Amino acid sequence: MTAPPAITVLAGHSWTAALQHPFFQHALLAGTAVAAAAGLTGWFLVLRAQVFTGDALSHVAFTGALAALAMGVDPRIGLYAATIAVALLLGALGRRGRADDVAIGSVFSWFLGLGAFFLTLYTTSRSAGNGGAGVSVLFGSIFGLSASQTLTAALVGLGICAAVVAVARPLLFASVDEAVAAARGVPVRLLGFAFLAIAGACAAEATQAVGALLVLGLLAAPAGAAQRLTTRPYSGLALSAGLAVAEMWTGLGLSYAIPRMPPSFAVLATATAVYAATYLPAVRRVRPAYRGA
Amino acid sequence: MSVSFRSRAGRPARTARPGAGETEAGLAEPSGGDGGPVISLRGASVRVGGRLLWSGVDLDIGGGEFTAVLGPNGVGKSTLLKVLLGTVAPAAGEVRVLGRAPGRAGDRVGYLPQRRSFDPALRLRGSDVVRLGWDGDRWGVPLPGTAGGRAARRRIAEVIDLVGAGAYADRPIGQCSGGEQQRLLIAQALVRRPRLLLLDEPLDSLDLPNQAAVAALVGRICREEGVTVVMVAHDVNPILSRLDRVVYLAEGGAVAGSPAEVVTTETLTRLYRTPVEVLRTSDGRLVVVGQPEAPARHTDRHADRHTDTDRHHDIERRTDVDRHVDPGTGHRPDTDRNADTDQYPDPRGELS
Repeated sequence: MTAPPAITVLAGHSWTAALQHPFFQHALLAGTAVAAAAGLTGWFLVLRAQVFTGDALSHVAFTGALAALAMGVDPRIGLYAATIAVALLLGALGRRGRADDVAIGSVFSWFLGLGAFFLTLYTTSRSAGNGGAGVSVLFGSIFGLSASQTLTAALVGLGICAAVVAVARPLLFASVDEAVAAARGVPVRLLGFAFLAIAGACAAEATQAVGALLVLGLLAAPAGAAQRLTTRPYSGLALSAGLAVAEMWTGLGLSYAIPRMPPSFAVLATATAVYAATYLPAVRRVRPAYRGA
Repeated sequence: MSVSFRSRAGRPARTARPGAGETEAGLAEPSGGDGGPVISLRGASVRVGGRLLWSGVDLDIGGGEFTAVLGPNGVGKSTLLKVLLGTVAPAAGEVRVLGRAPGRAGDRVGYLPQRRSFDPALRLRGSDVVRLGWDGDRWGVPLPGTAGGRAARRRIAEVIDLVGAGAYADRPIGQCSGGEQQRLLIAQALVRRPRLLLLDEPLDSLDLPNQAAVAALVGRICREEGVTVVMVAHDVNPILSRLDRVVYLAEGGAVAGSPAEVVTTETLTRLYRTPVEVLRTSDGRLVVVGQPEAPARHTDRHADRHTDTDRHHDIERRTDVDRHVDPGTGHRPDTDRNADTDQYPDPRGELS
C-alpha cells in the first residue's frame, strides 16, 4: 500500500520537522498576526459594506510597494505609506469618513496603472534585475520572510488587532446607527477615518502574506463566513479572527505539504471553502433559529 | 455650525459655541423635572447652510408633557431636535435642555432619529442594537461575566419588555418589520432611563395599526414613566388625542399651545397656506383633514415671510370665510363630515 508522498506528509509524521524550519516558523508567526488583523478588520469592512474599499486598498498596496522599490527604499515603507494615505484620501472624498464607490472607482484604476508604471521603471532601471518583484508583491512571499520582517509583521498585526478591539464598540455603534451614535457623543467621522487608516495598514500587512491581488479574499472571506454564522457582534468579530487564523494555518500547512501549491493560493482556497461551506444546510442549522419577519 | 462631541456620556468635550446659552451657565441648574421647564427656548433661531430656518422662537415644555412638533416639509422640525440634542448650535437666542446647555444633559436625553429601516442583510440582533444605546459610546469591547454586563443585560431585558419587543429581540434586526424595528429603537432610546425623549417621525412609513400601536406605546411611556416626549410628526392624527402641547413650525417661526388652541382650522390653514379643516368626531376626537404635503421652499423663509399686518389681514379673511366655525374652540359643529372625507378611520379607538 503506497500513499502519495503529499498524503504521507499530511498524515503528520514530519510536522515537527516543518516547525523546525525557520522559514516555516516565520510564516506561521507572521501569518497568524496577519490573519487575526485581517479577520478583525474584515468583519467591520463587511459590516460597513466597505469591502470594495479593501479591494481598492490592495491595488494601492501594489503601487506603493513598487514605487518604493523603484525609488530604492524598503517596499514596506511604500506599502504602509500608500495604503494609509489613500485610505484617508478616500475617506475625505467620500461622505462622513466613508469612502464612496465613485471615489474608489476614480482613484484605484489610476493607481493600478501607476503601479504598472513603477514596475516598468523598476525592472528597467535597476540593474539588480529583480523581475520577480512584481510577482512577489502581487501574490505574496510569506515563505520568504526574514526574522526581522517577521517581527515587524507580527508587531504591526498585533497593533492592528489592538486598534480594532479598542474602537470596536463605538465603531459598531457608528456603523449601524450613525445618527444616534453621533447624538450620544461618538465621534462618528473621526472613527470612520481611524477605521480607514486601520484598513489601509491591514491591507499593507496582508499584502506581505497573500499578495496584493489576494488581500481581498483574506479580508472578506473569514468575515463573510462569521457574519453568516452568528448574529452576535462580538462573537462574530472573534469568530472572524479565529477563522482567518485557522485558515492561515491550514493554508500554510497545505502549502508545506504540497510544495507546488503556493501559500497564498492555499490560504485563500481554504478561506473560500469555509465561506462556501456556510451555505451548506448542515452548517446553516448551527445558526440561531428564527422565523422570517 | 459647531458640533459638539462628548468623549463619553455625560462628560462633554465641547467646542466653543457662539452665542446662546453661555451667559447663564453659572446659574442654578435645575434637574429640569421639578417644576422648571424641561425645554426652554428664548428668542432662538437656527441657520443651516447659511439659510435661516426659524427665528424668534420662544418655547417652554414642562416635565412629563407629550409635545408634537408639526409643520410643512423642510421647515426645520428635525433641526429643532438637533438643536435640543446639541448637535446643531442655535444662531441666536438661548436654549436650555433639562436646565443645561443642549448636549450637556448626557444620557438623560433619548433620541430616535428619522430614518428608513435597517438593511435587511444586517445580521445583528435587535437586542444588540438596544445594547448599543446602553454602552455603545464606550471604547473597547464589553467583557463577559462582569457585574456591569449583568446589569446591562437586566436593563436591556427590562426595556425590551417595556416596549413589548420580547418576541423578536433576538432576531436579526434587518428581518424585523418596520413596526418591530421602531419598537426596538424606542427601547434603545429608553435604555438609559432618559428624562426627555426626542422622536423624529417615529410613525413615518408604518402602516396604520403600527402607527396607532407605536403612538400608544409612546403615550404610555410618557404617562407611566413620566418621560417628557417631543415628537416630530408628519401626520398629527395618530397622536392628537395624547398630546399636551403642539408646536407648529411654519413661516420662519413657531406657534405653540395646547391642541385645542393650535389645532384649529384657521391656524392650520394659515400656517400651511392651503385649506386645512379640523373636525370633531362624534366621540369628541379632533381630526385634521386635507393636511397638505406643502412643498419645501428652499428660499430664505424671511424673504417671503408675511409682515405682521399681512398676517392679521390673513387671519381676518380666513375668519371671515369660516364664519360658521365656533370661535371658542375653532371646531365645526358638524360631526359626520369625517365619514365623507377620504381620511382613513382612526384606529385609536380600538387601541387606547
